[in-house]
Amino acid sequence: MALELTGITKRFPNVLANDDVSLSVGEGEIVAMLGENGAGKTTLMNVLFGLYTPDEGEVVIDGKPLEFGSPGASIAAGLGMVHQHFMLVPVFSVAENVILGLEPTNGVGWINQKEARRLVNDISNRYNLAVDPDAMVEDIPVGVQQRVEIIKVLIRDAKYIIFDEPTAVLTPPEVEEFFAIVRGLKEDGRGVIFITHKLNEVIEVADRIVVLRDGKSVGEADPKATTQSHLAEMMVGRPVDLVVSKDPAEPKDEVLSVDRLVVLDDRGQRTVEDLSLSVHAGEIVGIAGVQGNGQTELVEAITGMRPALMGNIRVGGVDVTEFTPRQMHHLGVAHVPEDRQESGLVMAFTIAENMVLDSYYDHPYSRGVRMDWGVATDAAERLVREYDVKAKRVDAPVSTLSGGNQQKVIVAREFDRGVKLVIASQPTRGVDVGSIEYIHARIVEERDAGEAILVVSSELDEVMALSDRVLVMFEGRIVGEFDPTTTSTTEIGLAMLGSGGNDE
Amino acid sequence: MTATANPNDMIHVRATPEEKRSTIIGAVLIALGAYIFWQFGLGVEPGLQATFNLSLQTDTVQGLAWVVDPRQFSMIIGVIVAGLGGWRLTRRALQYTNLSLAISFLLLVMAFLAWAAAGSQFSLVGMLRSTVVLSVVVVFGALTGLMCERVGVVNIGIEGQLLAGAFAAVVLSSAFGTAAGVLGGVAVGALLGWLLAWLSIRFQVDQIIAGVVINFLALGLTSLMSARILSEIQTLNAPERIPAIRIPFLADIPVLGAMFFDHTYFVYGMFLLVFGIHYGLFYSRWGLRSRSVGEHPKAADTAGINVYWVRYRNVILGGMIAGFGGAFLGLAQVARFEENMTGGIGFIGLAAMIFGRWLPIGALGAGLVFGLSRAVQQKVAILNTGIPSEFLFMVPYIVTIIVVAGVVGRTRPPAADGIPYIKD
Amino acid sequence: MSDQPDVPPDDVGDPGPSLMQRITGVGESARRALLLPSLALVLALLVGAVIIMLTDVDAWQLMGTDAGAAIGDMFEGVWVAYRELFAGAFGSVRGISETLFTATPLILAGLAVAIGFQAGLFNIGATGQMFVGGLFATWIALHVTLPSYLHIPLAILAAIVGGGLWGGLAGLLKAKTGAHEVITTIMLNFIAGFFVLWALKTSAFQDEGSNIPQSSPLPESVQLPTIFGDEFRVNIGLFIAIGAVFFIQWLLYRSTTGFEFRAVGSSPGASLYAGMNVAVLITLVMFVSGALSGVAGSTMTLGLPPYRVSESFPGTIGFDAIALALLGRSHPYGVLWSGLLFGALIAGGRTMQAAAGVSVDLVIVMQALIIMFIAAPELVRAVFRVEHGGEAADQVTRGWGA
Repeated sequence: MALELTGITKRFPNVLANDDVSLSVGEGEIVAMLGENGAGKTTLMNVLFGLYTPDEGEVVIDGKPLEFGSPGASIAAGLGMVHQHFMLVPVFSVAENVILGLEPTNGVGWINQKEARRLVNDISNRYNLAVDPDAMVEDIPVGVQQRVEIIKVLIRDAKYIIFDEPTAVLTPPEVEEFFAIVRGLKEDGRGVIFITHKLNEVIEVADRIVVLRDGKSVGEADPKATTQSHLAEMMVGRPVDLVVSKDPAEPKDEVLSVDRLVVLDDRGQRTVEDLSLSVHAGEIVGIAGVQGNGQTELVEAITGMRPALMGNIRVGGVDVTEFTPRQMHHLGVAHVPEDRQESGLVMAFTIAENMVLDSYYDHPYSRGVRMDWGVATDAAERLVREYDVKAKRVDAPVSTLSGGNQQKVIVAREFDRGVKLVIASQPTRGVDVGSIEYIHARIVEERDAGEAILVVSSELDEVMALSDRVLVMFEGRIVGEFDPTTTSTTEIGLAMLGSGGNDE
Repeated sequence: MTATANPNDMIHVRATPEEKRSTIIGAVLIALGAYIFWQFGLGVEPGLQATFNLSLQTDTVQGLAWVVDPRQFSMIIGVIVAGLGGWRLTRRALQYTNLSLAISFLLLVMAFLAWAAAGSQFSLVGMLRSTVVLSVVVVFGALTGLMCERVGVVNIGIEGQLLAGAFAAVVLSSAFGTAAGVLGGVAVGALLGWLLAWLSIRFQVDQIIAGVVINFLALGLTSLMSARILSEIQTLNAPERIPAIRIPFLADIPVLGAMFFDHTYFVYGMFLLVFGIHYGLFYSRWGLRSRSVGEHPKAADTAGINVYWVRYRNVILGGMIAGFGGAFLGLAQVARFEENMTGGIGFIGLAAMIFGRWLPIGALGAGLVFGLSRAVQQKVAILNTGIPSEFLFMVPYIVTIIVVAGVVGRTRPPAADGIPYIKD
Repeated sequence: MSDQPDVPPDDVGDPGPSLMQRITGVGESARRALLLPSLALVLALLVGAVIIMLTDVDAWQLMGTDAGAAIGDMFEGVWVAYRELFAGAFGSVRGISETLFTATPLILAGLAVAIGFQAGLFNIGATGQMFVGGLFATWIALHVTLPSYLHIPLAILAAIVGGGLWGGLAGLLKAKTGAHEVITTIMLNFIAGFFVLWALKTSAFQDEGSNIPQSSPLPESVQLPTIFGDEFRVNIGLFIAIGAVFFIQWLLYRSTTGFEFRAVGSSPGASLYAGMNVAVLITLVMFVSGALSGVAGSTMTLGLPPYRVSESFPGTIGFDAIALALLGRSHPYGVLWSGLLFGALIAGGRTMQAAAGVSVDLVIVMQALIIMFIAAPELVRAVFRVEHGGEAADQVTRGWGA
C-alpha cells in the first residue's frame, strides 16, 4: 500500500515547474521533499491535491489511479494537505472551518453545531491538539491555526498527509511539538510528505529525503548518512556557504530611535504596544518573532506608511513621527517592504519604471512634469548590471522576473542612493539561495559602510545569521534582546512565544 | 532596553479613526440640530398646527390622528439632535455613534414633515405604507447583490436584471396571465444571472464589466422590443395588476396593519426571503459553503467544495430574485412596461447591500431607509412647500451617496469579492 | 505573496511587450492588435441581424400564412437596416459629417473613461459630468459678452471646471471615505440631471415666459464654428477632441503625473510605498476625467444646432463612452479610433431608425455585445477559431474593498 507519483510534468507559461518527477511514500513513512524556493515542490503537491492538472504523468494511491484536478477526489482517495498558506476562512470559527465540506446537518440542511463542536473536540483530545472550537480563526495565533489545519486533515481520515513548509510559521519549541505530532501520525500508520527547505529539520525527522531542483528530482538521501552541506549542495547544485560572513559590528551614533510607539492595524486593534527600540550606525538589528505579532505595522509606522497612534519616532535626531513615505525617502531611509508584489513593485510596470518608482519625480528622472525616460532607462540598465539582476531588457515587465530577481530590483533601487537607514522586512522571503546569499552580502556591505540597518524576518535563522543584535517581538512588544553569537535558538524561540527572555 | 527614555510630555498622542469620526459626526449633528431649530422650528408661523393622519380610508379603525405644534416640536427635535452631537464631540461611548446618527435621521425626517405639513394635514400612515412598498424593489435588488457577493461575484447588473424581469413579466402576463408573467420574470432573471456567472467564471471577465454588459443588453433589448413590438401590439403591454392580499385580523391593527399586512404576495415574499436568506447564510450548509467561497475560495476548494458550482448556483439564484423584483415592479407597482422604468433603482439596491453590511436584515433596514426617502419625497411633493420638485427627486440619490460615503463607517465586504477564482 | 511558481533565476522567459509596444498599443503585429476588435464588431453585427429578424413583428404575423415570404421579409429587413446604417455613416458628405460630429463628444467622454481605467477607477459618471460641464459652459455663453476667440475658450474652461468638480467630487469621496466610484458616479448622474432640469427652468437660462426646460438661444460668438460649412454639423469640437487625445497620450506616458496615475491604477499599495499621495491622485484622476467629460458636454451645448440647450443633451454618450474605452483598450489612440467607429454606428443608426424603422436602441445592444466580446476574447476565438493570442481577460476594476 503506497502513494506513488510517476513522471509528473507541469508547465506554466514560460516555466517548466515539474519535469518528469516521480516519488513514492509508504504507510508509516515520513518522506522529506527538499528544495529551494522555486524548485517546484509546491506545484507538485498542488498537482497531487487536485489544485493543478499536470500535463503528463500519473498518481496511484493504494493501487487506484487518482483523478486530477479535483480536491474532492484527492480527499476521497485518502489524501490530506496542510498548506503553506493556511486554507482557513479567517471570519469562520474553528469548528466551522473544520467541518466545511462535510457538515453534520439535521437532514434539511441546517448545521448541527453541537455535533460540529464534538467532532473537533474528539480529534483535538485524541491527538493532543488543543483548540477552542468556537474561537474565530482570525483571532488565534498562527501556531494554533496550524493545529486547526491538522485537525481538518485528520477529521477526513487522510491516509497520506502532505505538509507544505509547516515549520515556517513556528518557533523552535513549537517545531519540536510539531515533530512529535508528525511522529505520532507515522505510528498511526499514515504516510507523511514533509516539504521544506530547512536542512536540519529533514535530517531530524525524515525516514527518506528526496531533493528537487529546477523542477527535476535530483536524487535521494538517507538522513542518517548525510550532512547538511551535502544536502545543500544537492539542493542548489553547487557548494553553498551556509553562514553569513561578517566582522563584528562597530556601532556608532544612534540613527533610529522609536519611543513608546503604539500602532493600530487595519481592524483598529493595537498591534504595536508601547514599543521602544534604537538602531545605531554600523549595526544590524534584527527583529525576530512569529508573523502577525505587530512587525508589519511597526515597519509601516517607521516608514511613514501607517500613522502612529502614540509615541515618537526619530531618525538622526529628527522627529519623523508624522513624516510621509516621501519625506522618509528624502531623509535617506531605504525600505525593502515585506510583500514585494503588493507594495514593493508595480507588477504591471517595466523594470525601468520600477527602478525609479520612488524617485521618478526628482532630478535626473524628471524635469518639472516631464519624465525623462532616456535617463531612467540608462540608470536602470546600470543598476541591473551592478546588482546582478538577471533580465534581458529593462523595458520588460518586472513580472517576467523570478522572485529573487524581483527582490534584487528592489534592493538595487533602495540601496543605490546615499541612505543612512535601511529598513528591510522579510528581505529574502520566497527567494532562491543564490539571491539570498547576494542580498545578505549586500546588507552586510551597507552596514560596513556605516549605515544603520533594521531587519525584520520571521525566519529565525536569517535573523540569527545577519544581526548584530536580536530583538524578539511578541504581541506588539519587544520581549527580549539577545546577542546572536552567544544565544541558542531555543532560548530565542521561547521568547518568541512570550515566555522567558533576558530583558537587559 | 537601550532606547532613550524621553519624558512623557514628548510623546505624541493622536486620535483613532473612530474618535475622529465621532468628532466629525458630532459637529455635523450640532449644525443639523441648529438648522432644524431655526428652519423647521422658528421658520414656522406661531399657532399653526400639523395633523398627521394615522388611518387610511380603507382601515377598520378610522379617525386616528396625531396633532403637533410644528414650531415647538421641531425646536425640541433640534435641541435633541444638537445634544446628540455634543455627546459625540466628547468622543465617549463610540459604539453609539451609528445609533446617534440613525436617531437623528429619523428626527430630522419628523421635523421636516411637521414643517412641511404646518397648517394642513398629512397622511403619516400613507407615507409609512409607501415606505414599505417603495423599498421592495430596493430590497430585492440588495438581496440579489448579496447572494452574488457572498460567493465573491460582484453584480452591478442588478439594474438590468430588474428591468429585463419587469419586461418579461409584463409581456408574458399580458399574453398568458399573471402566473406566466411572474415565472417568466424569474426565468429571465435567472438567465441574466447565468450570463453574469458564465462571463465572470468561464471567461474571467472583469465582473464590473460583465455587469455593465448585462445592463446595456437589458436596456437595449427591452427598449428595442418595446419600440418594435409593444408599440405595434399594445395588448402585450396591458397586464392585469396583481391585487393585494389582506391578512385577516392582522390587517386591522391600526398603522401596522396598513404598513405590513395589506400587500401583494411580493411584499410577504420579500420578508420571507430576507429572514430565510439571513438564517440560511449563518446556520445552514448552503450558507457556510457560500460564505467560504466568498471569503476564501481556495480554502473551500481544498475542502472539496466545487467553487465554480457554488458561484453559478448563487449568482443564478440572485438573478431569480431580481427577476421576481422586476415582476413586482412591472405587475404590481406600475402594471405596465416603460422604457428604462427601473431608473437606477438597481444601483440603489447595491448601495443598500453595502449599507446593510452584506446582511439580509441589514439590506431590509437599508431598503426601508431608501423607501422612506422616496415616500417623503412623493408625499411632500403634494404639500405646497415651495421646494422645487427636482430637488425632492434628488433626495434618494443623495441619501445613497451619503450612505456609501461611510455614514456607517468602513464596512468589510467578503474577502474574495470581485476576484475571479483561477485554479491553474 | 502569490502562489505563482517562482521562475528559476536563469530562465527569464519571454520579456513580454516592450514599453514602446505598450505605449502605442500595437505590437510586432498590428494585425493581431486589430483582429479582436474587428471580429467583435462583426459578431455584434451578426447578432444584431438576428435581433432585427426576431423583432420583425410584421414578418412574424405573416409567418402563419406564407413562411417563405416572411423569412424573405426578415432578411430584407436586415439588408435595408444595415444598408441605411452604412449610408447614414459614410454614404455622403452629410453622412461623414454626421459621423465626425457624433464622434466628437464620444472621443472626449471615451478618454474620460479610459483615463479612469488606467488609474484603476471606473467612471460611469460621464453623463453627470457632461451635464454639469455643459451647464457651466451654457452659463458663460449666456452671461458673458466677448469676441468669439475669447468666448469659446472661456466657455470650454468653464466646462472643464464644472465637469472636473463633479468628477473630482466622486474622486474625493472615494479617497476620503472609500465610497465606490461606481455607485457615487451613477448617483451623481441622476443628481446632475435633476439639477440641469431645474436650472433650465430658472431665469438664468430660460427665455422669459417659457416653461419648457430649454435655454434661450446661445449667442453666435460662442457657437462652435463648423468645418464644412453651416449645412453640415461637424465643428471645431473635433479638433479639440483630437487635441485631447494627444494631450492625454502625453500625460499618461510622458509625464510624472501620468506615471503616478498608472501606478495608482496598477498597485495602490506600491504607490503608497513609493510616496505618492494616493488620495490626492484619485481625486485628481477623477477631476481630469470629469473635465474631459465636461468638455464633451460643452461640445453638445455649444456645437449642437439650433444652439438651444435642452434638458437631455448628454443623451447616452456617457454610457457609449464605457464601451468605446474598452474597445480602445483604454488607450488614447484606441479611444480615437473606437470613437470614430461608434460615431459611425450611432450616426448610421439614426438614419436606420428613420429609414428602416429599426430603433436606434439596437446600437446599445451592439455596444453591449462588443464590450462582452472584447472582455471575453476566448468567446470570439471559440466562434472564429482564431489561434490563442496568450492574453488573459482584462481586470480593469477593483472590488468594493479596494
